[in-house]
Amino acid sequence: MPSSLFDKLWDSHCVETDDDGVSLLYVDRVVMHERTGSVALDTLLRRGRPVRRPEHVFCVVDHVVDTRPGRGDETQAPGGRDFIVALRQGAAAFGLRMFDVDDQDQGITHLVSAEQGIALPGLSIVCPDSHTCTLGALGTLAFGIGTSELQHVLATSTLRMAKPDTMRVVIDGRLGAHATAKDLALYLIGAYGTGGAGGAAVEFAGEAVARMDTEARMTLCNMAAEFGAATAVIAPDEAVLKSVVAAPLAPARVGDWSALRSDCGARFDREVDLDAAAIGPQVTWGTSPEQCAPVRARVPAATTTAARRSLAYMGLEPGTPLDSVPIDAAFVGSCTNARIGDLRAAARVLEGRPGAPGVAAVCVPGSRRVKRAAEAEGLDRVFVEAGFEWREPGCSMCFFAGGETFGAGKRVISTTNRNFEERQGPGVRSHLASPGVVAASAVCGRIAAPDAL
Amino acid sequence: MQPLTVHAGVVAPLLRANIDTDAIIPSREMRRVSRQGLGEGLFANWRYLDPELRRPNPDFVLNRPERAGASILLGGPNFGCGSSREYAVWALDEFGIRVILAPDFNPIFHKNCVANGLLPARLPFPAIRELAAWTDRDPQGNRLVVDLRTSRIEGGGTPVAFDVSGADRIRLLRGLDDIALTDTRAAVIEAFERNRFAAHPWVRLPEGADR
Ligand code: SF4
Repeated sequence: MPSSLFDKLWDSHCVETDDDGVSLLYVDRVVMHERTGSVALDTLLRRGRPVRRPEHVFCVVDHVVDTRPGRGDETQAPGGRDFIVALRQGAAAFGLRMFDVDDQDQGITHLVSAEQGIALPGLSIVCPDSHTCTLGALGTLAFGIGTSELQHVLATSTLRMAKPDTMRVVIDGRLGAHATAKDLALYLIGAYGTGGAGGAAVEFAGEAVARMDTEARMTLCNMAAEFGAATAVIAPDEAVLKSVVAAPLAPARVGDWSALRSDCGARFDREVDLDAAAIGPQVTWGTSPEQCAPVRARVPAATTTAARRSLAYMGLEPGTPLDSVPIDAAFVGSCTNARIGDLRAAARVLEGRPGAPGVAAVCVPGSRRVKRAAEAEGLDRVFVEAGFEWREPGCSMCFFAGGETFGAGKRVISTTNRNFEERQGPGVRSHLASPGVVAASAVCGRIAAPDAL
Repeated sequence: MQPLTVHAGVVAPLLRANIDTDAIIPSREMRRVSRQGLGEGLFANWRYLDPELRRPNPDFVLNRPERAGASILLGGPNFGCGSSREYAVWALDEFGIRVILAPDFNPIFHKNCVANGLLPARLPFPAIRELAAWTDRDPQGNRLVVDLRTSRIEGGGTPVAFDVSGADRIRLLRGLDDIALTDTRAAVIEAFERNRFAAHPWVRLPEGADR
């Protein structure tokens, strides 16, 4: 019987399934960060329970670590330092490889997993973080889990879960000049809602996906978390396979990855089709990623209580052209859009243009590797000359955990993935968009598409 | 983990869609490397007019005197979306919430609930609205009885059946610890792993500190 890519990945990791339909899934790799991993390691230590396969477990600091130049363990978050120290102690106690504050390969967990070859095609990986699905872009079976589940995986090398339904999102056609994987993701979530995937494992396919490089695929899979997906997968193509074997932890001899694709005629529980050609630059206007519209559209009429509440929080009036809305700040960063391609896309727009006066702007490269690559190309100078701060890697203003924020009431255009109330700090109003849109907005001082310049 | 069989309690309706884990426990409220001390930070940005000074917002449902002691939460669609932080469930748990009724839940949040002995039960939104309206009439008197043995809710007229998966139901009813359960399958896991490493040697990374 023809099977889907997800079915194949699932079957190759399924140890057994009980009468209630709950499976034990073998987990090849575990990655954790200081925010949620620290508690799990601490609990296991207290219980005297060993980590079953420490050589397959990795620790990364990204969530509360400071991103200002010259940083150490101190952060602006209450008790933030304790999380870093607890992770370090747990890693030392169990003998886990740690990408610490000053490690030359430190970065946002999901970027580190990909860059280091911790995640590889055909492997299963878990991380106590909802954006672990980013790694599905490599053909990896990746799940975000909770802390109790993490303890379970560390102790037993398995995850207990029922097999999710499958859904295929076929994106045909080609993206236009200024549209990116981010715009596709926002459009999809806008069209089908944050519960659109209904807990299914989503496979992205179609011409537009086939044309994407590894990084763009990661952006698309990343936002499957905002689409209500259990995880996301994309069949790895030659380019993806070539990029992953160069990673430090990729073994010299890897297996045959040619079967990592959905068979012809594979069945999915649901299928959705999109036309990439119809999608232009998007931006969110509300406090949920599904509240988004084309940059050149107007703030929609508020027909529901939720929309009214969102507009009140965002301080926006229906009918206002989105590209007339002035911004206070711009943020380029996060596991969604802080890879080298994202920084290049933003820099292309910023090059030779001063940032708008009064706009606070920050760029946080997703990892030290990205930062080094960007500096080698001189991108740091482009950002700085356009008025951006150039920081050390971490989650930073993607959320408020490190205590980093633009300040109460500020309107921020951001390459991140969540625009919830207070997500970027008390009272902050977040507009999600692609790196190009964020850069163009930083130049114009209002929400703007790159081709407006 | 405490088993959960029948639970009766005061209800707090919070009938918004997409209540996310940042709202349930704002990142600033996760101050210690611990599962404890989180109840006070539950819904901090909604519950307090000033979260730092802990000035209560008198209008927020959990601050209303008539909802005192609430242990059952009624929510809207996509409950618990957003970050996977289990702190959200620990905060709910410490506050005293035992049951959440919503049309649907974020998958990770749902699993976190079950892992901590909280019941996430699915019920269509119209039924949730009806229950909310019924408790509005007499919040302290009109308590709901949630019976996990029969998957039914009593109160406000005819009992309604809620949806919970068979496996989750049994785990909650017995208060089972996952790790202990999986330990009984250790031999099967080992055999699976041996086969996997034999068939795909590249999956296995070298042991030892100098990797
Ligand atoms: S960058 Fe943002 S979304 Fe990504 S892992 Fe960090 S906090 Fe989560």
